[in-house]
Amino acid sequence: MEIIGVIDYGMGNLHSLAKSLERVAGERRIEISSDIERLGKCDRLVLPGVGGVRGCMDELKRLELIDFLRTAARRVPLLGVCLGMQVLLDHSEENGGVPALGLIPGEVLRFPDPPPEPGTERLKVPHMGWNRVKQSRPHPLWAGIEDNSWYYFVHSFYAAPQNPAHTLGESEYSHHFAAAIARDNIVGVQFHPEKSQAAGLRLLANFASWNGEA
Amino acid sequence: MLAKRVIPCLDIDQGRVVKGVKFQEIRDAGDPVEVARRYDLQGADELVFLDITASHEARPTLFKTVEAVAREIYIPLTVGGGVRTNADVRALLSAGADKVAINTSAVQNPDFVTAAGSRYGVQCIVVAIDAKRVKTRKKGEALRWEVFTHGGRKATGLDAVEWAAKMVEKGAGELLVTSMDRDGTKAGYDVELLRAISDAVTVPVVASGGVGTLEHLYEGFSAGGADAVLAASIFHNGTYTVGEAKQYLAGRGVRMRM
Repeated sequence: MEIIGVIDYGMGNLHSLAKSLERVAGERRIEISSDIERLGKCDRLVLPGVGGVRGCMDELKRLELIDFLRTAARRVPLLGVCLGMQVLLDHSEENGGVPALGLIPGEVLRFPDPPPEPGTERLKVPHMGWNRVKQSRPHPLWAGIEDNSWYYFVHSFYAAPQNPAHTLGESEYSHHFAAAIARDNIVGVQFHPEKSQAAGLRLLANFASWNGEA
Repeated sequence: MLAKRVIPCLDIDQGRVVKGVKFQEIRDAGDPVEVARRYDLQGADELVFLDITASHEARPTLFKTVEAVAREIYIPLTVGGGVRTNADVRALLSAGADKVAINTSAVQNPDFVTAAGSRYGVQCIVVAIDAKRVKTRKKGEALRWEVFTHGGRKATGLDAVEWAAKMVEKGAGELLVTSMDRDGTKAGYDVELLRAISDAVTVPVVASGGVGTLEHLYEGFSAGGADAVLAASIFHNGTYTVGEAKQYLAGRGVRMRM
């Protein structure tokens, strides 16, 4: 039986993500763990994450998951969600600047503070709520999902991949930003598929059956 | 661009949905899972649970409720009431909450907001502010509001607008602003309170307290400048569905997820 590993490193939203995966996983088993040996047996991995990037990288390091992830990412399909997506890049501006996993070249930047011009609507940060995602190119992750579907976001920082070809989907909040990224068998979504009703569940189902090829 | 949000609020007491008037006269309004499922189907953008018992003994009941609801619905869930420590925050997030609302504990220890935000991310830290108009003001003096805690029972002497700005500085990712004067009255939001706070902060503001009509929801966005509107009784009583509310707001030009 195929196993989907959900990496549990104490950063929040495991419950709802795991429940959503269970719902779409079919015959596959969900393994929630921080143990390298158990995770090493998984056929695909999900890296969730809610919180600050420093806490996240510290915990990954403490649990010896950094090297594990770098190696596993060469082998099995990997999905990063929210902060789990941001740490796929090289570096984040959050918490005074923190090096990340470096699996997809690029930076994580803070949304600009509200523009001062009077009369214009202030930009609230975090970017919190439902926004549309424009699919930048076809990909198995988007199978059966209508372009410009609504997804739920909660984040103050956004991914800026160096290579535009690594952007899988875009949203707009003060400017266009990468809402989904992909490089080979590695994908990441800034939004919360587990909180995005049918379009989110479908994306998780697509990941659950993805062979890792674009 | 980002859509404005419509959020039904469920006051939870010992595992049941209840609704009070002006923070009193509590009565039963249903099973949380059933109510949450109904709102999800109607197109609610999020749900808020406020645990009004908030006693230590009732905690396991709350966690069970949160877990049961999180199993059923696939939209964000904010839970508030009795959140005092990082362990409380973690327990709620683990039970399936996406955000936690902190109220009394933020007043008792503003640094708790910072601690929780840096551990779990500011995006999941909502500071709930219960505010009441200060009536004894001199002629010509600007409107003022005072912050109350302990479910509206305890005055703090804090100015609500200054407090809101301070909470954002401390790391609140969102503010849930409830007018105690309006809560349960169906007389409409205190839009002056909402506008004053919305203009003073850069994080999203959720309007709460006093909705009786769909026009009131619109006023929360237009006059109040809120990013999300919260309501309880108009949805619980079946006066309007969430879908009807969103249709109405979209018709008034508010960007909605339909």
